[in-house]
Amino acid sequence: MLPKELLETLQREIASAEHPRELAVDIMFALQNHYGYLSDGALEEGAHLLSMTPLELEELATFYDFIYREPVGKYVIHICDGVVCWMNGYQSIVDHLCTKLGIRVGETTKDGLFTLLPTACIGYCDLSPAMLINGRAYGPLTSERVDDILNRLRAEAPQLKMAR
Amino acid sequence: MYPQVLLQNRKPNRIATMDEYRQSGGYQALTMALQKYSPKEVQQIVIDANLQGRGGAGFPAGLKWKAVADDFPLPRYIISNIDEYEPGTFTDRVMTHTDPHMIIEGMLIAGYAVLAEKGIIFVRPSYESSAIIFEREIRIAKEAGYLGKNILGSNFSFDMLVHRSGGRYICGEGTAQINAIQGKRPHPLQSPIRSTEKGLWDKPTVLNNMETLVNVPHIVRHGAEWFKDLAKTKTSSGTKLYCVSGKVNRPGCFELPMGIRLSEIIEEYAGGMLPGYEFKTCLPGGASTYYLQKKFYEVEMDFDSLKKAANRLGTGAIIVFDQKTCLVGATLNLIEFFVRESCGWCTPCREALPFIRDLLWRIETGEGREEFIPMLRRMSQHTWKSYCAFAPGATMPVTSLLDNFPDEVQEHISQKKCPYKA
Repeated sequence: MLPKELLETLQREIASAEHPRELAVDIMFALQNHYGYLSDGALEEGAHLLSMTPLELEELATFYDFIYREPVGKYVIHICDGVVCWMNGYQSIVDHLCTKLGIRVGETTKDGLFTLLPTACIGYCDLSPAMLINGRAYGPLTSERVDDILNRLRAEAPQLKMAR
Repeated sequence: MYPQVLLQNRKPNRIATMDEYRQSGGYQALTMALQKYSPKEVQQIVIDANLQGRGGAGFPAGLKWKAVADDFPLPRYIISNIDEYEPGTFTDRVMTHTDPHMIIEGMLIAGYAVLAEKGIIFVRPSYESSAIIFEREIRIAKEAGYLGKNILGSNFSFDMLVHRSGGRYICGEGTAQINAIQGKRPHPLQSPIRSTEKGLWDKPTVLNNMETLVNVPHIVRHGAEWFKDLAKTKTSSGTKLYCVSGKVNRPGCFELPMGIRLSEIIEEYAGGMLPGYEFKTCLPGGASTYYLQKKFYEVEMDFDSLKKAANRLGTGAIIVFDQKTCLVGATLNLIEFFVRESCGWCTPCREALPFIRDLLWRIETGEGREEFIPMLRRMSQHTWKSYCAFAPGATMPVTSLLDNFPDEVQEHISQKKCPYKA
């Protein structure tokens, strides 16, 4: 169940929208930020709020890259595998990330801190190879830079505000 | 150094404020448009200026506006996106982090030209910072009286909002984007009614690329002739934001006259090739263009000149490949991208692209055979039967690999391995 305050905020936003369905993605992001991912329960809650069927919302949830229908870590790393990053050493960066985190692409670390996912070109081709972590872009990456970033994130409290 | 129009207020590490934009002449064009010109006159100025849509197709923006007929119903909408998923393209990112009010003013004037009442800026998740900037700057513009009811004392009322996307390449396609905003599954429509007649919520809707819109205030202020004179070639006009990436010394986004030579962009502005690297080819306008033959290294970078070189300007995002980079591998990467980003709705795209990927993968890993080449061509042709331009665009690198770099493909097949791998 959503806390009362968040629920009322979302209800207010939906009520003031000319076409409530226009907010489908915003609502999914809000639920995802609250629960950590878009669980089955969250999907049903979202559909109910939007007066859509769960299936109609599921159709959107599974379509978009940044809506997570499975549990993810507190930090979601989207590593860019676009052609420019590919040319500039994507493979060695992704290999390094997998080794350091002890996971494969698509998996989450045992401590629940990091999930590693691929993503299409993120528009940081001038800073390639690049990645996004919880909406923030990093690049150009080297193995050392990746180590620094991971160490810093391990020490910090996660920011959950941004679209991931 | 060429005149900087769109990036004139570029600053290291921060955006230009509304006041800074105003000091550079910002919002004067809006005032002029509302006080001096009718919507039809604004359309005509932009038609005269030959402002070609910067999204890739190059369709004249003024003519698109004119397609919204007088008797079409109200309300009408303008949509622009900060959703550039095209590999190699980052103009929207640079522009929104440089001068957001130029975008707001451009959209306002476009809105006036077609009597729209709402503008929607569609933003991808990886540009969340752009979404935040826009929400803030739209509020500031509203407080200053540039947005809302009866703008600057006129009869024109216009509002603007940010729509966050969940993130997929196909949302850049017009009809898919309209579906996305309506909270529907964002797949493109087959042979849709023109969105200028029946678009968002079945109302007349104009979709303009963000880079197209930022030119509009300058055209209104300085006139069509001034705008045409900015370009280096006769058939083009204005400046263009060229993004250069790949094996160059200074990858980046450069504002240069439309029609400037490719060689000049790479050598003068992107700082030339990295030491030890030679230019082999480039994709001149993102992933949905053709690998350029070296004989066109001096090509003038505008819509017409690239068409004459059997290529496309696309988004003007120049991805530079060097002699050590395997083009079969690069094409495989591009096709992987398109396979993953295909919405899966229509058969030619859903089926042909994975087939092409499989053939390229075999060639790259040393299992290639001679007969794969006609198969690749046939599959690429099938994609022209798909609903939208996504799949034909996806096969442009493939067919140009076969046409322009046949030896590289042959070497993979005859050596039974990728010759670029140790």
